Amino acid sequence: MKLGVGLPTSMPGTSGKLLVDWARRADETRFSSLGVVDRLAYANYEPLTALAAAAVVTKRIRLATMILIGPLRNTVLLAKQAATVDALSEGRLTLGLAVGARVQDYEVAGVDARGRGRRFGEQLELLRDIWEEGRIGPKHRGPQILVGGSSGEALARMARYADGYMHGGGPARAFAATASKVQAAWRDLGRPGKPALWGMGYFALGDEAVRLGADYLRHYYAFTGPFAEKITAGNLITPGTIVDFIRGYEDAGCDELVLFPTVAGIDQLNRLIDVVHAIR
Amino acid sequence: MKYAVLGGGPAGLYFALLAKKADPAAEVHVIERNPPDATFGWGVVFSEETLGALRDADFESHEEILASFARWNAIDIYFRDTRVRSRGHVFTGISRKVLLGILQRRCRSLEIQLDFNREVRDLAELGNADLIVGADGINGLARRSQEQAFAPRLTAHPTKYVWFGADLALDAFTFIFRRNEHGLFQVHAYPFDARTSTFIVECPEETWRSAGLDGASESQSLDYCSDLFARELQGRKLLSNRSTWLTFLTLRSMSWHHDNVVLVGDAAHTAHFSIGSGTKLAMEDSIGLVGALRRHADLKTALTEYELERQPVVERFQEAAAESSAYFEHVSRYEGFSATQFAFNLLTRSRRITYTNLSQRDPGLVRSVDAMFAGSATGRHDGAGRLSPPPMFVTFRVRGKEIPNRVAGSTPGAGLAISQFFAVSADGRIGPKTPVLDGDEQRAALKSQIDGVHRNSGTRFALQLGHAGRRGATRPVSDGVDRPLRWGGWPLLSASPMPYSPRTRIPREITKAEMQVVTEAFASATRIAQECQVDALELNFAQGYLLASFISPLSNQRRDNFGGSLDNRLRFPLQVLAEVRRAWAGPLIVRLTADDWVVGGTGLDDAVEIARMLKAHGCDLVHPVFGQTVLESRPDYRKLFGVPASDRIRNEAGVPTIASGNITTSDEINTILAAGRADLCMLEG
Repeated sequence: MKLGVGLPTSMPGTSGKLLVDWARRADETRFSSLGVVDRLAYANYEPLTALAAAAVVTKRIRLATMILIGPLRNTVLLAKQAATVDALSEGRLTLGLAVGARVQDYEVAGVDARGRGRRFGEQLELLRDIWEEGRIGPKHRGPQILVGGSSGEALARMARYADGYMHGGGPARAFAATASKVQAAWRDLGRPGKPALWGMGYFALGDEAVRLGADYLRHYYAFTGPFAEKITAGNLITPGTIVDFIRGYEDAGCDELVLFPTVAGIDQLNRLIDVVHAIR
Repeated sequence: MKYAVLGGGPAGLYFALLAKKADPAAEVHVIERNPPDATFGWGVVFSEETLGALRDADFESHEEILASFARWNAIDIYFRDTRVRSRGHVFTGISRKVLLGILQRRCRSLEIQLDFNREVRDLAELGNADLIVGADGINGLARRSQEQAFAPRLTAHPTKYVWFGADLALDAFTFIFRRNEHGLFQVHAYPFDARTSTFIVECPEETWRSAGLDGASESQSLDYCSDLFARELQGRKLLSNRSTWLTFLTLRSMSWHHDNVVLVGDAAHTAHFSIGSGTKLAMEDSIGLVGALRRHADLKTALTEYELERQPVVERFQEAAAESSAYFEHVSRYEGFSATQFAFNLLTRSRRITYTNLSQRDPGLVRSVDAMFAGSATGRHDGAGRLSPPPMFVTFRVRGKEIPNRVAGSTPGAGLAISQFFAVSADGRIGPKTPVLDGDEQRAALKSQIDGVHRNSGTRFALQLGHAGRRGATRPVSDGVDRPLRWGGWPLLSASPMPYSPRTRIPREITKAEMQVVTEAFASATRIAQECQVDALELNFAQGYLLASFISPLSNQRRDNFGGSLDNRLRFPLQVLAEVRRAWAGPLIVRLTADDWVVGGTGLDDAVEIARMLKAHGCDLVHPVFGQTVLESRPDYRKLFGVPASDRIRNEAGVPTIASGNITTSDEINTILAAGRADLCMLEG
């Protein structure tokens, strides 16, 4: 299993300088990917733009949207932007896409939330068409596409058009249960080989960071109502829980696990490097 | 801390005493609307694990429980007047009244205030409690006062049941099945002390009405059930305690806490009585809640932790309970089973017990299951003592062919290999590379493929034949599914002129003359298959391909006599089946969409009916698959997702089946086969 780290693009104190320093530092270490989250009606950086910035200061690390809310965007423009980031990074983009969990993002974008699942399926197919035809440049075969979402519909769309699955977070046993369904969907649609399986988790290291991280997660997930507390309780706040989490995901068959910071500060990355260094 | 506990049942009292032990300075107040000696229901059951948890949580009450419990290790299943006994299942039962007495005394010794005979109508009556614990049952005030926050969902089960006692000391958890002129009745009975047992009678609602029990008084119901089960009661009496017929409600709640109110036990969740875990879950909730309160000074964090710990556990029990209750709702499906198979099916109903763990608990029973299974497969019933292979390695005979084992799929060593899709004609291809069985070119390739399979193993080769219909002319699936060819392609045919996806070509409505051509193509491909010595044929009536497009109302909008009623929609597929049957004497499998996974499409009830018609037209085995009838559906890919359909088709339509759907282990296969839920299984993954 590969191990990635999230870019700090959505918490208080996020800055362009931190983002670039963080990306550089992650690229110098053994992390295999940099992940970004997406939402519209929130004070976060736009994910593909953030990854474009990361692309130019890094050499080898993969750049992943985890996930990008597809139906909010014009598909042709999205195809061009994604191909651009992929070209800028010399093929290092992994485009994670899903319908997202917030109706509010659709409202502010002026996009009808109804029918978003069906439109998302069409969008996935159109993205592949555009990249394969190569008329809307840069000339490019297109990035790897992964799909997120927990419904049966989402899994079927993943198996129909994508290269694999992006899980939305939770304990390793929840990931394992979903992975079994993902693989069943993949076989059911007759796809050869195996789907790529990505997972994610949140961390905060240090006494002050634990408090700030909890505040951030409560705020970020306030739209989920009572689940915000549960997500906050799942924040990985000790080296031991991080190590257990990594091993649990590895046992559950995850291909790439990305740990997202909940506090904006380069020390969070350094602390995570120390924890990971001990086991890898 | 000041705790107000609503409800003086096992969950409330246990919470009270654990909370007081954890913090002797805490004020704990239990309020119960009934008097202390009122009790409903008879006995409760605990497993070894639960007893361990009770010992660790409160040694004193555990000791008292141990002094007054009944303990047994067998499950008896009475079916068609035969008893099958399974051993190795350790249970402990205790009278609910005795349990409550123990917990009440323990609370009093800890100086917990217990108020009986007090009805609370508004949570405001509880004053300034720091935490209100709703232990007040399925219709409890605590939950009802915060419906929006807890987001409860109640599901009613379609059977009727009644709790009796019996002055009879059973020595096993006992299931009794008895049919009379009104229908099938079943008993769930278990001992709870040296003299008395709980005796629950359950039946479908229509049976209950037919027997006149809807209008029966308590004593009339008691007499009716006493007569019905007179033999098992051995002259003893059933006992009533406000025993009225009930409908079981499963309660699921999105959240179990809000502000300073938290729910435990039945107030938060219920699980069908047939897995007997209501009291166990309730008391474990209290242990979990007090543990979380001890670990976290912050109430909100503690209540969140409690939910995070307990909800997944309860959900697993609710899933098992749903499987179990569904089994009892449809148990008449299995009345044709032998007593041994019936018992194995019952024991494995909730999926918590499987072939492998039953082999450890009760090796003798599993050996007799193996012997039964091998015996009925080979026709040699020479005694239950005969050593036999596990079900997956028993041969399966069909139309004179012997399939060496029960595993289908591409795993080396599987008894039945089902080929990739072969089109019967060039216009029936899925894509340019789909093989077509219409002449000499493919004949040689197919022949060498089959020879290869036969040379290397005893594996039988089933050739899959179909016509892609409106899902034709697509790119290879490695590039994505149902993506039309960028150039080239060919005209598509389907039941109705509706494209499969917004980007695929609109198919032409197939004419009667073209149906004849397709039928002949199936017959001619069948003849080629025969020459190539395939062992079996599988006709594809699934996945939205041409024949499936006729069967589902979602893709068939024809106004002629090939559209409309199910009979009409099946007309063309059955015509193809009959024609192939005429040309082919070997095993004939039909891959059938058993559920479109779309409201308004084919569902399981239809699938059973369709399977009956397939059987009447010469189909030997049905291979149920799911979805893909139309582009957008609501799939369910959980473990063993195809087994319920296989079970219903096999046991209601009476056709052997190949089960598929996220089956990945040999334990799952042995369990499915021995329980009679399928005849072969696709091994995946």
